[in-house]
Amino acid sequence: MTRFLLRRLLWFAITMFVVMSVSFVLMRSVKGGPFDQDRNVEPAIEQNLKKKYHLDWPMWKQFLHYVGPLNLDERGLFGEGEKSGEKAFGGVLSGDFGPSFRYRDYTVNDIIGQSLPISALLGTVAMMWALALGISTGIASALRRGSGLDLAMRLAATAGIALPNFVIAGFLIVCFVFLIPLFPVAGWGSIRTMILPGFCLGLVFAAYISRLTRTGMLEALSQEHIRTAHAKGLSPGTVVMRHALKGGLLPVVSYLGPATAGILTGSLVIERIFFIPGTGSHFVNSAINRDYTLAMGVTILYTVLVYSLNLVVDLIYTLLDPRIALEDE
Amino acid sequence: MSSSNAKKGADTRWDLGGGDMDRLLAEAKASKGESLWNDSLRRLKANRPAWWSLRFLGLFALMSILAPLLPLRSPVAVNTASGAQAPALVWGDGQYMADVAAGDDITERNIQDSYWELSALDKTLIHARVGIFGRWQTGHWLGTDHLGRDLLSRLIWGSRTSILVALAATFCSLLIGVVYGAFSGLSGGRVDNLMMRVVDVLYSIPFIFVVIFLITLIGDYRMLLEEKMGLDREKVFYLVIGAIYWLTMARVVRGQVLSLKNSEFVEASRVLGASTARILFQHIVPNVLSIVVVYLTLTIPSVMLFEAFLSFLGLGIEPPKVSWGTIAVEATSAINPLRLFWWMVVFLAMAMGSALLALNILGDGLRDALDPRMRGKD
Repeated sequence: MTRFLLRRLLWFAITMFVVMSVSFVLMRSVKGGPFDQDRNVEPAIEQNLKKKYHLDWPMWKQFLHYVGPLNLDERGLFGEGEKSGEKAFGGVLSGDFGPSFRYRDYTVNDIIGQSLPISALLGTVAMMWALALGISTGIASALRRGSGLDLAMRLAATAGIALPNFVIAGFLIVCFVFLIPLFPVAGWGSIRTMILPGFCLGLVFAAYISRLTRTGMLEALSQEHIRTAHAKGLSPGTVVMRHALKGGLLPVVSYLGPATAGILTGSLVIERIFFIPGTGSHFVNSAINRDYTLAMGVTILYTVLVYSLNLVVDLIYTLLDPRIALEDE
Repeated sequence: MSSSNAKKGADTRWDLGGGDMDRLLAEAKASKGESLWNDSLRRLKANRPAWWSLRFLGLFALMSILAPLLPLRSPVAVNTASGAQAPALVWGDGQYMADVAAGDDITERNIQDSYWELSALDKTLIHARVGIFGRWQTGHWLGTDHLGRDLLSRLIWGSRTSILVALAATFCSLLIGVVYGAFSGLSGGRVDNLMMRVVDVLYSIPFIFVVIFLITLIGDYRMLLEEKMGLDREKVFYLVIGAIYWLTMARVVRGQVLSLKNSEFVEASRVLGASTARILFQHIVPNVLSIVVVYLTLTIPSVMLFEAFLSFLGLGIEPPKVSWGTIAVEATSAINPLRLFWWMVVFLAMAMGSALLALNILGDGLRDALDPRMRGKD
């Protein structure tokens, strides 16, 4: 168990190092630097800007400063003058993503701190809704296998997977905002504004979960112990909920990791359509505006998030299904 | 082995004297076993939805390849006077390339104005179209967008871009995935272990974020890439998408190679003295191919979605070129409470939905047909 965790963490550290160093080098060697979209600035001001963002340092030093955990500028541990030691730690490893290149007065941490709760809430709504809809339709489909209901649900699931969420979102906006005015068109704040984006974001995953649940339940229902449970005279409801569901939901559990990653990705589009000020829309804007530090900060944050969630899911999986041993990894 | 041959063989099995032997050998040579492909084709035909999807996709591909030959309006010509028109069943008009005086030939410049940089073949097709249909072009059957561009034409021309991106990027992923997976599976041992761990790690990273980040960075290296390596933005785009979709392919190919390597019929063939090359091309490649085809059909729709996704975010195909993603941006941004451009969203959803649904159904059907053990499993 410990070996498994250590090995996973080691691999993760290596991967992150590669991703970070490659993108850092690419980012810093871009011609003109991040300020070239602005009006021509005075050489002196440019010098100051470069100094402020440490662009005058050699690349390796900038990278070390960015990664951390030691702060390398004059306020750091090895700094000189009265400010020395004021801020000994910095960089990504101590949770500091540096200043934003585009929003001058904010650090990347400020922007993420403001927007992440919004995205997290939206993601949670979407996930809850995807799980509720997916599992219930999946079970219904498996219990009525081969019926018209089963066929209709499978077709709906395939359609949900095939259609991109922005097309579905457009469709639903036309239907439920304009034709039948139930929801506001965009914005964020009240529960009413969360329903439509959460629905659009969760739909694809509901479709996948429905398919996985159906397959898992069919497999679980054909097991010997289910027959025993029936033979014991348990009610069909108890058999399904108590005995079949635990085994039948295993594929869904292993899908939760990729689903979280997918919801984070989907939120890029959904937040843009519904004008939700979450991390996703900041990420897209930063990518378009070439605000590299912000883009990289969000990338690193989401990667760490998804990776740790995957790890947790793997651990839960072994708890639920003792037949799978972690040491096999 | 087909049944009639098998029966004849059984009748004469014990009679091996003289000329019978030659006859038997000749017969054995003539009898052809049901190949994997014939068998699969039969199973695919039996699967009605998959077979219809295949036909639909064939028709669809034909339409998008022959787009320049169809009497469509220009997909990019802006006409604010007819902006945001609802779909109307107007037969059409004779205004195609109206700025070219009657009797004049259509020049490169005219084509450039009405489309974008087209290939030589497309230009020939456009000349052929003018030859067939003259100046006639369709009416706004599916309506127009806010700039008065014809939606029908944009959808069909957009499908070309989307299909092209999907095919090119899938091909990239195929190349990387098959080579990586086959190498890993054939080497075995430590190399295999290490290579698969790398895939595992990459799997757990939300690569889309990294890719978006890289695409923006590449934007700044654009000139350099174009001059030094002859890669324009679109080619880089294919490569980048391909480079993240190879993971599943690599895993699948490696698993298949590994199980084939240790299978009994490969062992038997080795015992019979077949060379490595023969084993590879006679036994391993055809068996790997089937599973590769299945994953190809399942990768294409997800790559199409990804292209639409990136174009939607403004990081993919750039105007004036049209793709389904760029149409989707216009469709969703055109949604406003003052006037409802429902047709843009509805027809786009229909076009994308039917194509992607057909691809998914075909993919599932092919999987069932090529690998009957997978039947009924999602």
